[in-house]
Amino acid sequence: MSSELQTQSQHHIKLSEESLQKQTTTLNLGPTHPATHGVFQNIMEIDGERVLETVPTIGYIHRAFEKIAERRPYYQITTLTDRLNYCSAPINNMGWHMTIEKLLGLKIPKRVDYMRVIVMELARIADHLVCNSVVAVDTGALTGFTYVFQYREKIYEIFEEVCGSRLTTNMGRVGGFERNFTDALFIKLNDFLNTFPPVMKEFETLLNRNRIFIDRCIGAGPISAERALNYGFTGPNLRATGVDYDVRVAMPYSSYEDFDFKIPTGTVGDVYDRYMVRNDEIWESVSIIKQALEKIKKIENDFPEQKNIFYAPEADKFHLPPKEDVYTKMEALIYHFKIIMGEIDAPAGEVYHSVEGGNGELGFYLISDGGRTPYRLHFRRPCFIYYQAYPEMVEGGLLSDAVIALSSLNVIAGELDA
Amino acid sequence: MTNETIQNKLTEKFGEKLTEWESPYGLLSFRAPAQMNVEVLEYLFNEPTMRFQFMTDLTGVHFPDRKGEELSVVYHLHNLVDNIRLRLKIYVPVTQPDVNTASKLFSAANWMERETYDFFGINFVGHPNLIRILNVDEMDYFPMRKEYEMEDPTRRDKDDEMFGRG
Repeated sequence: MSSELQTQSQHHIKLSEESLQKQTTTLNLGPTHPATHGVFQNIMEIDGERVLETVPTIGYIHRAFEKIAERRPYYQITTLTDRLNYCSAPINNMGWHMTIEKLLGLKIPKRVDYMRVIVMELARIADHLVCNSVVAVDTGALTGFTYVFQYREKIYEIFEEVCGSRLTTNMGRVGGFERNFTDALFIKLNDFLNTFPPVMKEFETLLNRNRIFIDRCIGAGPISAERALNYGFTGPNLRATGVDYDVRVAMPYSSYEDFDFKIPTGTVGDVYDRYMVRNDEIWESVSIIKQALEKIKKIENDFPEQKNIFYAPEADKFHLPPKEDVYTKMEALIYHFKIIMGEIDAPAGEVYHSVEGGNGELGFYLISDGGRTPYRLHFRRPCFIYYQAYPEMVEGGLLSDAVIALSSLNVIAGELDA
Repeated sequence: MTNETIQNKLTEKFGEKLTEWESPYGLLSFRAPAQMNVEVLEYLFNEPTMRFQFMTDLTGVHFPDRKGEELSVVYHLHNLVDNIRLRLKIYVPVTQPDVNTASKLFSAANWMERETYDFFGINFVGHPNLIRILNVDEMDYFPMRKEYEMEDPTRRDKDDEMFGRG
């Protein structure tokens, strides 16, 4: 650029003396940057390729769920939980239903517990597949992503068979499911269990020992176990640092104590450890689903009459009657309206319940004053809590490491901003 | 470690200052005086027999009817070694909602306190960066307080009397 042009262009932009002297660059990464997979803004101070400082700004898709929940009957809040971590919506749905069940003191039949476990583990696989394949994309390997997404599609087809929808599922009811698992579902599930493991194996062959992938991931965005605990990390990101805390084992819900599975852990908490922990968890989830199917089969063999149990009988006042009854029977019609109009009171009480979501401990802190809506409902959103460690993890590292650190943390904007 | 042993130890240390002991759904819950919150949290964190070193959750609740203690801050702590949780509550008046920050003890509390400030206006004294986090900076009220209605306040069709009671 000629000096004349330079003076001309500088004429209109008044830069402060300070910024002209500055040796570093301010980079606005986001809110809608293609490398960030969601609405995240980071104002970074970079020196060449090195990140000196980053300030995350969040809240771009804040939708006031906690405020909305104070005006909604309990079962209508399920649709809000869908939109927290939308990569594994059924876990959120069921976590919320189990919170109400805890408040009501309901006992859930084993068969329903196992059905829930199947769906929740499928959701966990879908969630981890998205995260891990996207880490690979950010390191430059698109193939794995397009390959495993077919199997995420198959999982969504199973969800469709359970509840009719795919991404934001609104699945299940207080006490169990809205309808029984169909035969088609079991066919699809078995098909998935047969075809997915070889594909997963191939995905791992593609990346686990891939020199380029390893060089990109090892040492990127690390965090120590001590700092991770102090930052309130949970889920795969905590386990990657070597702490074996898993809500499914520590505080079992939905009969997880009946299952035999390992908690994979890492050592240094970098991108590679997080990737490996998620991969191993996918294998554990596959094994849990197989065990759950066995257990359901055993129940149906031993007690054939339980084949049609898909919700807790005591939860019937939260359970919409079958449509054919609503159209033909007076009682069913009345109950249908009572539920739809939200005319069901919950007892007064204060309850905290948490489930192991795709990203960690998803907690529901519910205060009920005995009305038809919560007095206060707070979501403990794992993403929100661990994303605050992001500056500490990437400062001093390379900009490209910051990008894969963000995707390997699997921060979901919906959960972050509530 | 059980709820009783924790309660006994805390009573031994702090005497009658801790009140409202209960265990709803198995979770030990108690109340501490507002200015003592960090003292209690530090004891729970540092005492080798307690080891409540993981902050599960921190949030606020607004009770407009409790005069002089309208705002509440609720802490959920987890002892990961003995695998037990507890809940600590403090209450402050809405006219002067000053609470000491726990962010020096738990890095996790940093954003959770900012969120609680953002929605309830609780002033965490000593917080390194107490600014709004999810709402816009220009907002001049605290939206989770009960005086702010979700919908049009003149709307009556969702009131209890429309559902055959109230």
